[in-house]
Amino acid sequence: MKGYNFAYLDEQTKRMIRRGLLKAVAIPGHQMPLPYGWGTGGIQVTASILGADDVLKVIDQGADDTTNAVSIRRFFAGTAGVATTTATSEATVIQTRHRIPERQLREDQIIVYQVPQPEPLFRLEPSRVETKRMHGLADYGLMHVKLYEDIARFGQVSISYDYPVMVNHRYLMSPSPIPAFDNPKMDMMPALQLFGAGREKRIYAIPPWTRVKSLDFDDHPFRTINAPHPCGLCGATDSYLDEVVIDNRGSRLFVCSDTDHCAERRAAGHVGAQGFQEAAE
Amino acid sequence: MTEPTLLSGRGLNLNFGELSALANVDVDLWPGEILAIVGESGSGKTTLLNVLSGRTAPDSGMVWYRDPSGHLHDVHAMPAPSLRTLHRSDWGFVHQDPRQNLRMGVSAGGNVGERLMAQGVRHYGAIRSAALDWLAQVEIDENRIDDLPRTFSGGMLQRLQIARTLVTHPRLVFMDEPTGGLDVSVQARLLDLIRSLVTRLNIAVVLVTHDIAVARLLAHRIAVMQRGRIVETGLTDQVLDDPRHPYTQLLVSSVLNA
Repeated sequence: MKGYNFAYLDEQTKRMIRRGLLKAVAIPGHQMPLPYGWGTGGIQVTASILGADDVLKVIDQGADDTTNAVSIRRFFAGTAGVATTTATSEATVIQTRHRIPERQLREDQIIVYQVPQPEPLFRLEPSRVETKRMHGLADYGLMHVKLYEDIARFGQVSISYDYPVMVNHRYLMSPSPIPAFDNPKMDMMPALQLFGAGREKRIYAIPPWTRVKSLDFDDHPFRTINAPHPCGLCGATDSYLDEVVIDNRGSRLFVCSDTDHCAERRAAGHVGAQGFQEAAE
Repeated sequence: MTEPTLLSGRGLNLNFGELSALANVDVDLWPGEILAIVGESGSGKTTLLNVLSGRTAPDSGMVWYRDPSGHLHDVHAMPAPSLRTLHRSDWGFVHQDPRQNLRMGVSAGGNVGERLMAQGVRHYGAIRSAALDWLAQVEIDENRIDDLPRTFSGGMLQRLQIARTLVTHPRLVFMDEPTGGLDVSVQARLLDLIRSLVTRLNIAVVLVTHDIAVARLLAHRIAVMQRGRIVETGLTDQVLDDPRHPYTQLLVSSVLNA
């Protein structure tokens, strides 16, 4: 920790980001400006909210053991000296990219999302001035035009990740590139949800117990999509699965993308079809 | 006429630097009426249309709109969200260039359905059938519903723009040279279509055109503009058959067989 301020960023910067976060929590789903230049959004937010007693978990694509997750965890262990964990239940702050843990989060936890593109309308309306006006007037017909086009062309909404949501019946929001499978977890979540987009200079938030609704049509209701298999290792049928090619003959293994969830289940004695093989080898 | 007006402009003035684009202009429009604003280019027709529709603020003067419940609204004092809502529901705008209004990367059906979705319609089947219905009304083949507008001809694009505008049954539509840039036979069919649609749906129209023939075919009343002023106004036949102002006489006499 020598030579660094606590959690790396200086106190002025952290204070400024916290001020942005407080405003963001006060207006659920509304995008706040965030100055550019202190690293990726997720890390800035985590650095600003970490306290000495916090226990940090970092996941990337659901896994605790990927390069990004390991590096960020090690970074904060080194610069803030906070305890780290891979167990969802033990963490007080969870920084994530692309997933929400399977285990239901609690009121005493905060989840921090890394966001590459905070503007849900950016592919549809090229002008930022115009999208700001659309948010200001809650004029979101265009987003439904995109859903309409999907149904007309493919018979269903083809957005599988970063599926747009309405927050608190007011702001259209990008949930970050989590699978649509995770969208329902955001609705009335007991934990505070913070979003940081460093490159795009935006912060936004969802306070605990806030309505988050995935956009849909009355006659084409929102539904989640998942691989129609149980997890090969732990046998879970209700978790989001990754497809892994395991040999040169194209054999596939479907496993929980949430590694902690899978490990926890296996420790509790659940075994999937391929889990036996693994044990036997 | 004793019926209250739908839209009224009083004492409208607007200068662009030295140039007087609008000079003390008064306009009245009654429900279901088609008013043509004619004049040569640079006479202030389009500026007047923009001021009446709230898109450009005048230097002085007022524009009043009466909503369906009879309340009067000062168009230029309205909060931006209300004006936008008005433009998306009660009002419509048809541009000379349909590409300005259409979304060229969105299918014909999506273009027609957008205003419905902006109004909060959330039933895909209902939006789809409204789009099919409107494509039929503007004589676009139903099996083109999922095609992109860029595969459409100029006349089809203009008809698609009209369907997109009328799908929410507006009470008032502003049209800026809707037949400009189309060849004569396409123009004639389009004029026919516009006339039958606005008559059937009882839509009031403010129509800007430099083409006296278009005004004669469509409009109930005509206002003739010259250098920012309305120099003559009256019933279409009256103005065109018996023009009083020298400028109107010049305009009318310059059109063959008019």
